Amino acid sequence: MTTTTETASSARSVTPARGLRRRGRLSDRVNWPLTALAAVLALTVLIPLYLTVITALKTPDQLGGSGFEWPSRVRLENFSDAWNLTNFPRALLNSAIVTVGAVVLTILSNSLVAYAIARNLHKRFFKFLYYFFVAALFVPFPIIMLPATKETALLGLDNPVGLFLLYTVYGLSFNVFVYTAFIRSIPRELEEAATMDGASTWGIFRRIIFPLLTPMNATVGILTCLWAWNDFLLPLVILSDPATRTLPLAQYVFQSQFNTNYTVAFASYLMALAPLLLVYLFAQRWVISGVMRGSIK
Amino acid sequence: MTHSTKAFYWMAVPALLLFVVLHTIPVVTGMFFSLTDYAGYGKWNFVGLQNYVSLFKDDRVLASYGFTFLFAITATVIVNVLALGIAMLLNARIKFRTAFRGIFFIPNVLAVLIIGYVFNFIFSNSLPLLGQSLGLDWLSTSILANKDLAWLGIVAVSAWQSIAFSVILYLAGLQTIPAELYEAAGLDGASYWRQFSSITFPMIGAFFTINMVLALKGFLQAFDQIVALTNGGPGTSTESVAMVIFRGGFQGGEFGYQMANSVVYLLVIVAVSVIQLRTLQRKEADF
Repeated sequence: MTTTTETASSARSVTPARGLRRRGRLSDRVNWPLTALAAVLALTVLIPLYLTVITALKTPDQLGGSGFEWPSRVRLENFSDAWNLTNFPRALLNSAIVTVGAVVLTILSNSLVAYAIARNLHKRFFKFLYYFFVAALFVPFPIIMLPATKETALLGLDNPVGLFLLYTVYGLSFNVFVYTAFIRSIPRELEEAATMDGASTWGIFRRIIFPLLTPMNATVGILTCLWAWNDFLLPLVILSDPATRTLPLAQYVFQSQFNTNYTVAFASYLMALAPLLLVYLFAQRWVISGVMRGSIK
Repeated sequence: MTHSTKAFYWMAVPALLLFVVLHTIPVVTGMFFSLTDYAGYGKWNFVGLQNYVSLFKDDRVLASYGFTFLFAITATVIVNVLALGIAMLLNARIKFRTAFRGIFFIPNVLAVLIIGYVFNFIFSNSLPLLGQSLGLDWLSTSILANKDLAWLGIVAVSAWQSIAFSVILYLAGLQTIPAELYEAAGLDGASYWRQFSSITFPMIGAFFTINMVLALKGFLQAFDQIVALTNGGPGTSTESVAMVIFRGGFQGGEFGYQMANSVVYLLVIVAVSVIQLRTLQRKEADF
């Protein structure tokens, strides 16, 4: 008896929804003028990229015009020259070490402390810790760059390791904020049941919480990766040994040494931009949904 | 129970240790040295508040604050207006939506420094040619070499790069608005502008606040794009506060003095953020 009423009422509630959807589909027609507008706006993003690619392919004598002319003769040596002059493989390796180090250490240490905070916010120490970390959102890096640089040099951290430790610390405020909000939305029953079964707090974090954090880990990882890979100021002030230069820093040094050699410079820029751009092209949907998730929390 | 509490304390140790060593200690030592004449090397003496007094008489420092705020506020407004527009465009019934969304996010995966170098080439080579052929005086030489216009070049590049991120945040906000609201408004004959001001904007209020705060905070730290475009020039007309701290502190032997500058700048940023959050959140509640 109950089942029939339920099906009946659910059937009734389905009908208006279907009607709405059909009405919606009528206005689903593609808006071509807006599509054209989007296409024109997209050109503002694509044209500078186009310019980068064609300039990297030219010979120096083709640079006279506006720069947008199609290359009449291609000079691939630009790439090999840039490869050697900026010591590209070394810079790529350095950037990779810094970025991977920053992402891994950030995800592990920040999620761990956020779990401790989220489950103990009623305790004075953890509440203090939360505000202590979040307050640092107001302290941008330029404000502490002088003493931070001095200190990392004193501690022997003026290298890629010091750099990824710094990214881990400077991302902490924002990450603790989003992780804590997310963890507090996870019901405690799971953990209570696991405690009954004799699981330790560490075991609960490793086997229950950390896997549940996967979407948040992706968000934090993507944002940390974009930041650490593209940053210029921190490597500029922290790194002391030229052999440890990251990709953006290598472009800066190259630019100040050979500032008129545009074609080789652009080949170098293109090679520095390419790795993350390629990753993005393949993982586009995943990257964008990761960034969106961070904003909704 | 005590066992699990102990574990929670241990979990906080790695992050707390790193944070204290690499954030709190620099903040505290920096504040301490702001009261000294430390050059960054050698001996130092206490000078009390002398550095702070000198700051307010230093034209170069004052000019950098003026430039940084003019730049940051202009860029924040431009970024938010354009990003909201593009986000609404991407949320409309257009074709190839995912592809467009993917393209508009590209600038955010590129290094600002390198983008700055590319635009430097466009500003100094391509645009002057365009200006000459159109007979526009102000555009027929590089705007980056023009004392009055160079800052606009920096605004343009910064906007080009940051719109990408803001668009995604706004898009996330727009997708939280139920389509039924627009359908009902459409049936009531509400105009597009009315739908925007009565539905869209109030519904994404929180996203507007976040975007404004993040954009302004980011632009107040501007460094990379300025290095690539003007390097602070012509003269010192486009020197940001971060750049003055960097140059004075590392190259000019003004460690103590620039720390005083940093402390003042920190107070300014905190004040601006608090005011911004207060006014924007009050607006949000009003709707």
